[in-house]
Amino acid sequence: MSPQIAAPGLLIRSLVALVLLFAGAVGAWAAASAPIVESTLPNGMRILVKTDRRAPVVVCMVWYKVGSMDEVSGTTGVAHVLEHMMFKGTKAVPTGEFSRIIAEAGGRENAFTSRDYTGYFQTLHKSQLPLVMKLEADRMSNLVMSADEFSKEIRVVMEERRWRTDDRPRALVYEQMMAAALRAHPYRHPVIGWMSDLENMRVEDAQAFYERWYAPNNATLVIVGDVSPQEVQKLAAQHFGPLKQKTLPRRKITEEPAQLGQRQFTVRAPAELPYVLMAYQAPALRDPNNEWEPYALEMLANVLDGNEAARLNRTMVRTDRVASSADASYDGVGRGPGMFYLSATPSQGRSVQDAEQALRREVAKLVAEGVTEDELQRVKSQAVASHVYERDSMFFQARQIGSFAMVDLPPDAMDLFLEKLKLVTPEQVQAVAKKYLVEDKLTVAYLDPQPLDGKKPSAPPAGLRHAQ
Amino acid sequence: MRSNRYSFIAGVALMALAHAAHALLPIQHWETSRGARVYFVENRDLPMLDVSVDFPAGSGFDTREKSGTANMTNNMLRLGAGGMNEDEVARKLADIGAQFSGRFDNDRSGVGMRMLSSPQERKASLEMLGRILNQPEFPASVLEREKARLIAALKEADTMPDTIAARTFSRMIYPTHPYGLRGSGEVDTIAKLTRDDLAAFHRRYYTAERAIVAIMGDVGRDEAAAIAEALTSALPKAAADAPVLPPVPPLEKGETRWITHPATQSHILMGGPGIRREDPDYFALFVGNHILGGGGFNSRMTDEVRQKRGLAYSAYSYFSPLLREGPFVIGMQTKGEQAKEALAVARKVVTDFVAQGPTAKELAAAKQNIVGGFPLRIDSNRKIHEYLAVIGFYRLPLTYLDDFVGKVERITAEQVKAAFQRRVHPDRLVTVVVGQAEQQAALEETARRP
Repeated sequence: MSPQIAAPGLLIRSLVALVLLFAGAVGAWAAASAPIVESTLPNGMRILVKTDRRAPVVVCMVWYKVGSMDEVSGTTGVAHVLEHMMFKGTKAVPTGEFSRIIAEAGGRENAFTSRDYTGYFQTLHKSQLPLVMKLEADRMSNLVMSADEFSKEIRVVMEERRWRTDDRPRALVYEQMMAAALRAHPYRHPVIGWMSDLENMRVEDAQAFYERWYAPNNATLVIVGDVSPQEVQKLAAQHFGPLKQKTLPRRKITEEPAQLGQRQFTVRAPAELPYVLMAYQAPALRDPNNEWEPYALEMLANVLDGNEAARLNRTMVRTDRVASSADASYDGVGRGPGMFYLSATPSQGRSVQDAEQALRREVAKLVAEGVTEDELQRVKSQAVASHVYERDSMFFQARQIGSFAMVDLPPDAMDLFLEKLKLVTPEQVQAVAKKYLVEDKLTVAYLDPQPLDGKKPSAPPAGLRHAQ
Repeated sequence: MRSNRYSFIAGVALMALAHAAHALLPIQHWETSRGARVYFVENRDLPMLDVSVDFPAGSGFDTREKSGTANMTNNMLRLGAGGMNEDEVARKLADIGAQFSGRFDNDRSGVGMRMLSSPQERKASLEMLGRILNQPEFPASVLEREKARLIAALKEADTMPDTIAARTFSRMIYPTHPYGLRGSGEVDTIAKLTRDDLAAFHRRYYTAERAIVAIMGDVGRDEAAAIAEALTSALPKAAADAPVLPPVPPLEKGETRWITHPATQSHILMGGPGIRREDPDYFALFVGNHILGGGGFNSRMTDEVRQKRGLAYSAYSYFSPLLREGPFVIGMQTKGEQAKEALAVARKVVTDFVAQGPTAKELAAAKQNIVGGFPLRIDSNRKIHEYLAVIGFYRLPLTYLDDFVGKVERITAEQVKAAFQRRVHPDRLVTVVVGQAEQQAALEETARRP
């Protein structure tokens, strides 16, 4: 129901890649296939290779450990704007040429920005790997940003914001939820940026962000496909090796102060159905070998909503029919704080309060009675199967490896996750429910639907005149 | 200098590919004892199996009065079957790690399952798939709930500018043809559906003689044959009067419709009925559309609307070839006051393209992308399985994938131009714009509010 929650704030450069990103992302457990081979260039660039020879294809990804959480006030959205500008040319490969060359080589390409990282990828025939590595190395250090190209691209990004958020009531609820559930940590800002920051942004902002963060020692190359680690290492040394490291800025991330009581708010927007979204502050995974709570929270989310027979669907949608849909998810892999979400859309004739009360009853039941071994076993069986299915997509494997590397988890963390999930007990699940699904950690958001004709069209953004 | 070298590298890859393409994908095909058509590729790389069974039973086979029957039938299959209620089905599938999927579009309706190929899991998964396919119970109480959920979802969707645009567009290009019916049905037709309607639809359309079985993965031919036989042998028997879709009447004139909506962006759709899947122009239009608006950042539509003018995040065109003439669509979203400009740009792009066809350079670039990218089309079990299902359903040659590269390479600029002139008529396009009234009132278009 809420893709923005399944993949918090992940933006991509164009719609083309949506299918790629989320197809096959059902389960997320790495497989006992070829190992991930890791190496590092003398300039600090990290290289992760997983050989998969099922097709003569490679997926090449360059990840930068910089995302919207590294932005400072007044320039929210700049990480994502820079991602767009990365396609606007270097001295050697002028504007428009990057995409043209990749297309000519039979490749597909795109890029994505999240709160934690920014990534660029190409999928193509294995013979084209040297070409893309050369191109990626070029734009890592030689990007040329003109004010003219910037003025056009910032308008594209504003359209993206309107399309993605401003005209979608539930996306607005989620955006405001982050701003309400977090008061200080930069996760409270949307990845796309606030509109006024986009209006005020200038090419110099993107340029400064690029100079600060884009360097081999802040980048990780991830390759999955029909190629050996040795070949990749040789090519990487040739293309990325000559790039100079930079002194990266000290990361000064504002920590979220403890929440001292429940918060709630309402979003009024043109829509038909009301909706309730509940977010509990929860721990994020930091020490994958020694922590157990994040795994228990993951199991908890799956017991509630991991399959069609799971609790929320069975109780709220099927039996009691208080909701037409109900969802739970745990977001515990990131550089910032974790969050546990519950949400529901009341069914016809039931109120949003009814739906909220039903969600709260499920929480109370978890706290009081815990979960059964049977329920956990079902989630574990699904995990084991997904562990196999995910090997069908090279793209998915590359995304998984990179996203772990970006948050300082081992690139093969999924192998570990699977083992750790198998160890979770009903008592542990009950314990995390009791500890984290509590009032003081909760923020509740309501979507209050408004008639379509009740909204005045908004004035055109003032900053746009500069762009025209 | 630099770009020449790139071209050279790409050229080498293409030649290598042209040789490799043959025998790339040995598709085995046969019919079951009851006439279901089976398409199978054996692949032992991963311990998993994908199986699907499809029928010509999509929303195109609905009637106006009972629109939504096809979709609801498909949706309800797994919600109670063969003596198991919906929870028992869901629990069982989760316990064995099987992933069930329904397929539903204008033409097709079907079921699919991804499963582990280990004997115990495979057996249990296929048993469940057979149960869902052959013995759906359509419990009345579950149906009432699903109707209420769907109606709520439709009412919600109907407040969204993209849905309003898509629905209006579809009704305008298919005013009488069932392709113009809403796939999910309408609020008032869904409300009237009964379990008898669904059971009757299943009996008439989910028949062995009309079934297409696609199997991809870790089993041998004998096992695949047994699977196809077991899944289809108990299906209903086809009636003598096999249902067929009526032809699509061409549009007589173009029409532009403006619809008021408070969204900040205007949603624009433009197009008309396009082509059938078996159209001899298929490859010319496929390659041509790649240049017009299907090829991502390098297409004319994206270049003119997004890259040069910054008018939209997404601007595209596509053909959706079906049993009958599926839609040809151009689409984009832009801030209300830019709608007129974006529309003018899009119209000029399509008009010029149809009049002049692609340049030699554009055609060469498109071919290089499509041909060079061919391995990406079949680099996973899932993608190959999808091709099997399409080849089977539309009765494409078994050598479809082997021939693909050659067919693309032989397309000429003249063929693209001629095919577009046959299939796309810029003077008769249907256009829908959904967006803010204030901006729209200022436009001098001949506005016709619905």
